[in-house]
Amino acid sequence: MSTATTKDHPHLAAEFNRDEPRVNWHDETLWWVRAKRDIAAHKLPEWELLRETASQIKFNVLSNLSTYLEQFEANAIKNGIIVHWAADAAEHNQIVHNLLEQRGITKMVKSKSMLTEECHLNEYLKEQGIDVIDSDLGERIVQLANEPPSHIVLPCIHKKKEEIGDIFHEHLGSAKGESDPKILTETARQHLREVFLTRRAALTGVNFAVAETGEFVICTNEGNADMGAHLAEIHIASMGIEKIIPERKHLGVFLRLLTRSATGQPITTYSSHFSKPQDGTEIHIVIVDNGRSIQLGREEFRNSLKCIRCGACMNTCPVYRKSGGHSYHTAVAGPIGSILAPNLDMKKYADLPFASTLCGSCSNVCPVKIDIHDQLYKWRQVIVKEGYSPKAKTMAMKAMALTLASPTLYRMGGKTGRLVFKYAPFAVNNKLNPWYNQREMPKAPDESFGEWYAKRKGAKN
Amino acid sequence: MSREKILAAVKFNQPAANPLPDMEVLNTLTDVRTDLVSKYKTIATAGGSFVYEVSGFDEIKTIINNEFKPGVKIISALNELSDYIYAENVKHEDGHNFADVELTVLSTKLGVAENGALWLTEKDMGSRVLPFIAQHLAVVIGKDDFVPTMAQAYKVIVDADYGYGSFISGPSKTADIEQSLVIGAHGPRSLSVFILS
Repeated sequence: MSTATTKDHPHLAAEFNRDEPRVNWHDETLWWVRAKRDIAAHKLPEWELLRETASQIKFNVLSNLSTYLEQFEANAIKNGIIVHWAADAAEHNQIVHNLLEQRGITKMVKSKSMLTEECHLNEYLKEQGIDVIDSDLGERIVQLANEPPSHIVLPCIHKKKEEIGDIFHEHLGSAKGESDPKILTETARQHLREVFLTRRAALTGVNFAVAETGEFVICTNEGNADMGAHLAEIHIASMGIEKIIPERKHLGVFLRLLTRSATGQPITTYSSHFSKPQDGTEIHIVIVDNGRSIQLGREEFRNSLKCIRCGACMNTCPVYRKSGGHSYHTAVAGPIGSILAPNLDMKKYADLPFASTLCGSCSNVCPVKIDIHDQLYKWRQVIVKEGYSPKAKTMAMKAMALTLASPTLYRMGGKTGRLVFKYAPFAVNNKLNPWYNQREMPKAPDESFGEWYAKRKGAKN
Repeated sequence: MSREKILAAVKFNQPAANPLPDMEVLNTLTDVRTDLVSKYKTIATAGGSFVYEVSGFDEIKTIINNEFKPGVKIISALNELSDYIYAENVKHEDGHNFADVELTVLSTKLGVAENGALWLTEKDMGSRVLPFIAQHLAVVIGKDDFVPTMAQAYKVIVDADYGYGSFISGPSKTADIEQSLVIGAHGPRSLSVFILS
């Protein structure tokens, strides 16, 4: 599935861009979701205060995280929940596997959890002989297509309904050529109902974990997390350490922001609060670090841990919309993913902070006011300093710095450039010049501003 | 132990203490209690719910009898709707036994005007899976049981003790295929809300 790739964002984006009508469709669909977010946000006169409050609550969480984590654990245990701690992805996966193995369980149903994507849990469990079925419709579709999700809220936003119809025909037996979303959804409903009724274990993500009460909240529109959890003997909930909020009343801020920012709905269909296990069943929580405590120590980047995973920054991002989620080659794509991923592996994800125009739209729509575009800019500086920037870019930057530092070189460079544009346009209008890709080169002026000014001055005197 | 390692790393790396913001301004700003029923009705209807304003339980029974064929399995958590299987009597049954439930009828004392959500706890449900596994869900609520926003909703349940509770705002739905909205993903294909005057 989400196998490690050696191709970087520009290459993967170029592959996505080969199909121009699809890029336009992808772009327009996500912009439509962004527009719905605007309508929902503008309906609330207190929207900006709500964002500011959420941001401050999250900052308080980051500054007291160790205390809140201990408080959450103590209250969850009091509620009868079993708590596990995982330092990294491998430990998380082992904990989940052990829980299943101890009970002789070989099949599990899973609702959406980007953390398990980050940990590559599905691949790991498959190797251990455990069958995992994703129950969110979009996730089930990409799972059947053997692909990772391309968006954290809309996992198969890159797929056309005809392709989904083909996948369902092959795997779920829908009629050949059927592409009506209603009929395809009904096919998935029947298939997954059978799964829900026969799985002894269910794994879910966590949207919010409340320190004060030890409860956790899961938001879905489909009801798949609840169907899985309520019918299973064991419910495993995986959460990153940053999912903590201090008190129950703070849910009244975050639940108002989350879905309005994500899809423009006033709230998800289901916002389910799990506090104690049902009679005769178990709830286990796995609290995962996997690099988050390191990010917490990076003063300039720690705000990224405020993220509530709404996806608004992706929907608004001109680069994401036109390059597709898979071009980011990481579990969480888009602007927020590009500031989270370099923390995990600076070398592997050195390209991502450059996959942005720094237009700032992501920061403007972020419900918890993360300074996303500033952090992208700061990551670039860190990456160059640490020596992870692409070689060609480093050379070009050095040449540029040298030229700009010397008036002679600068004038010579300008003159040469204008001559080339005028007499040898083929030297720049070709595939070797990345700027020429999908762009016309500008017409060069006959003279530079300096030359024109000197001439004008001479004429006046 | 990873627990100690993680907590130590977090403690070492977390910034200096930052206070929690005041929430009262938001609570006051949003606490507008006019026309809550009509606001609820508009939002819930837009979210795919069917909202009925009724004067009593007889009216609810008539609507249910019109909408559902005789003989289908209906489970009700309300004493007043005793023609159906009483949730209290089946609450210890295995959740899988409810796979053929056509309609679950529950009642609540908390609805949210801004988003169409209804607060239901395990006690209101009988069994946790009942509002999800049924093909259709109906919820009865009094006309005075609405609050304007989630800020006021959490004021009501701030100290509530529940094993499980959910804000349910409509029928189960998805838009995962090309963003076209389809009602009836995994849970109920419809949500009917009866507002008692």
